Amino acid sequence: MRIALFVTCLVDLYRPRVGFAAVNLLERAGCEVEVPVQTCCGQPAYNNGDLDDARAIARQVITAFEGFEHVVAPSGSCAGMLKCHYPTLFEDDAAWSDRARDLAERTHELTAFLTDVLGQDDFGAHYTGQATYHDSCSSLREMRVHAQPRRLLERVDGLQLKELGDNEVCCGFGGTFCVKYPELSARMVDDKVARIHETGADTLLAADLGCLLNIAGRLRRLDSTVRVYHIAEVLAGMADGPGLGEARDQGKGRP
Amino acid sequence: MKSTAHTFKHNVHVALHDERLQRALHKAGGGFIEKRRAALDELPEFEALRESARAIKDHTLAHLDEYLEHFEAQVIASGGRVHWARTPEQARRIVVELCREAGARRVTKGKSMVGEEIAINEALEADGFEAVETDLGEYIIQLAHEPPSHIIAPAIHKSRQDIAELFREHHGHHEALDSAREIVDEARERLRAAFLSADVGITGANFLIAETGSAIVVTNEGNGDLTATLPRTHIVLAGLEKVVPTLEDASVLLRLLARSATGQAFTAYTSLFTGPRRAEDGDGPEAFHVVLVDNGRSEMLGNEFHDMLRCIRCGACLNHCPIYGAVGGHAYGWVYPGPMGAVLTPLMQGLGEAGDLPNASSLCGRCEAVCPMSIPLPALLRRLRVRQYAVGGGSKRSRWGLAAWAFLARRPRLYRWAMGWGVRVLAALGGRRGRLRRLPGAGAWTAARDLPAPAGDTFQKQWRQRAGRGRG
Repeated sequence: MRIALFVTCLVDLYRPRVGFAAVNLLERAGCEVEVPVQTCCGQPAYNNGDLDDARAIARQVITAFEGFEHVVAPSGSCAGMLKCHYPTLFEDDAAWSDRARDLAERTHELTAFLTDVLGQDDFGAHYTGQATYHDSCSSLREMRVHAQPRRLLERVDGLQLKELGDNEVCCGFGGTFCVKYPELSARMVDDKVARIHETGADTLLAADLGCLLNIAGRLRRLDSTVRVYHIAEVLAGMADGPGLGEARDQGKGRP
Repeated sequence: MKSTAHTFKHNVHVALHDERLQRALHKAGGGFIEKRRAALDELPEFEALRESARAIKDHTLAHLDEYLEHFEAQVIASGGRVHWARTPEQARRIVVELCREAGARRVTKGKSMVGEEIAINEALEADGFEAVETDLGEYIIQLAHEPPSHIIAPAIHKSRQDIAELFREHHGHHEALDSAREIVDEARERLRAAFLSADVGITGANFLIAETGSAIVVTNEGNGDLTATLPRTHIVLAGLEKVVPTLEDASVLLRLLARSATGQAFTAYTSLFTGPRRAEDGDGPEAFHVVLVDNGRSEMLGNEFHDMLRCIRCGACLNHCPIYGAVGGHAYGWVYPGPMGAVLTPLMQGLGEAGDLPNASSLCGRCEAVCPMSIPLPALLRRLRVRQYAVGGGSKRSRWGLAAWAFLARRPRLYRWAMGWGVRVLAALGGRRGRLRRLPGAGAWTAARDLPAPAGDTFQKQWRQRAGRGRG
């Protein structure tokens, strides 16, 4: 099965390891993975009222990802942009609306693709620790992903999953929101961090790097010992290096 | 009331540092959410009801002119009158004139968000009428000279101690009341006198019924009934989107309203008012008036904010909004707070005044998920941002930053080059610690958070290097 990885700008720039983890999982599940040249899904423009730039970027993505059986993103937010919002952007554009809808139908969030489409729950991963899982708003409400990451984590040897309280509540990232309204965003991430600490977990996982950067940034500022990884890193057995925002020589077991 | 939406960021700062408010918000916090969830757990047909409700409202709005005319005809047939107000000024003038006609001195009021919208209390007081709010929450904030901070729980920002102090100050007794029971009893005693001596009663309406010319008012305190039936004149103040075709339709919406609002299956009182007292009636007003307020609604009917007119003012979007939960309603600066307010306030007060509101949202979508009328609130907030962007709104800095970013994002080769440098610089700055505590230009991020440093090379660069070595 020939699939394209929409790696997302944040993974591309901040955490390439997540991209390689996603490729690893997809290849082990029998996919042939390609990575078309890409920049971003266009959400910063779309969510700030700049529809011309949002459409230009969307056209770029639609073109680059044509011809692949499936398009997979290690992010509910970016997958949601392609799946839910591109069709809206081209509602009144006969030439592009079919192409946008076609891409939407082929687009998947990573954990949902692994479980629902490929039927794979068990990647033989091992991770020693108690982890809690943060559902991103877009995963939960746009992509309707909730059970899938949990199914995958249940099969990780050594990992004990602790459910996070208020798991339907936003972490306060919100793309440009977090820098336009820093006080509100800080309050929201503080609430999230409090819920994380309440679980007693030593590791926070999620499938969206935006949320993870935000939460990890706050955890590191508070000198919390909770480590932060993208779920793909754990599933691919690649969570042996430093977590997000940790010192480079900080391996597992040395918080 | 005069809007302070333009100082939203300041309002947020103040609210976040107001310990009393934070305590009250914390206490109120999860209550509505849990009660709603419990109510919906017992209502397996919720999604089906939601679809019917949406269909009813969409149908009504598509034929709003006809249903409003029919409603007016039925009100007249039952002996009442309908008054049309395009603007808040017209609405105030009509109400004041009706109070004058009735020879009124004292006016009782049931809770009405449209009343807040048109600032009716100020208008009545300016013309020498005494206006007394009869909903306990509204009564409390009237004493405090504050606007409501929640559309169904106007005094939710006040603690019991706040209220006890307020009563002591205004009711002129010495010992503070300490139980909720005592507070309620004292309010009841005060309000009873007002009910019995009022000349005009003003209520809002949750629904207007076209087929019967009735107004439906739901309350938990019964104050709506006493406000409507005891005085000589009953004035119903309502937005013109409140009309639905039939009682049957209203019953569908009623099944959603209280569950979404307070988690009750039904409010304690659901009252229907149809015309003035008839010869055979034991009580009721001598005159019945409905003032239909437009205030921008007919414009919304034909534009991209049409969906907002389905709103039944249940407050579920406020209760589930993390922004509302953090700062409460007053920070929004005008009558309607939370996600629904972030849509309505800019439409009614202008984007120049309330431009922050649609932006101050992470677009988390929880509001849309809980809205019983399936209003796509995040999409409406985005549409306001589109309007704002089109007229050059927003800060120069964020526009410039966005433009620079978009310029790169539309040019993959240039983007790769520029971002390649960017991440290497950040990685170097992060050094061995793997994170940055401070970064010039990124103060908004680093005020509360470290910035995890990038790894060094982008994924795409590494991927293509590997491909060059025979991979992919």
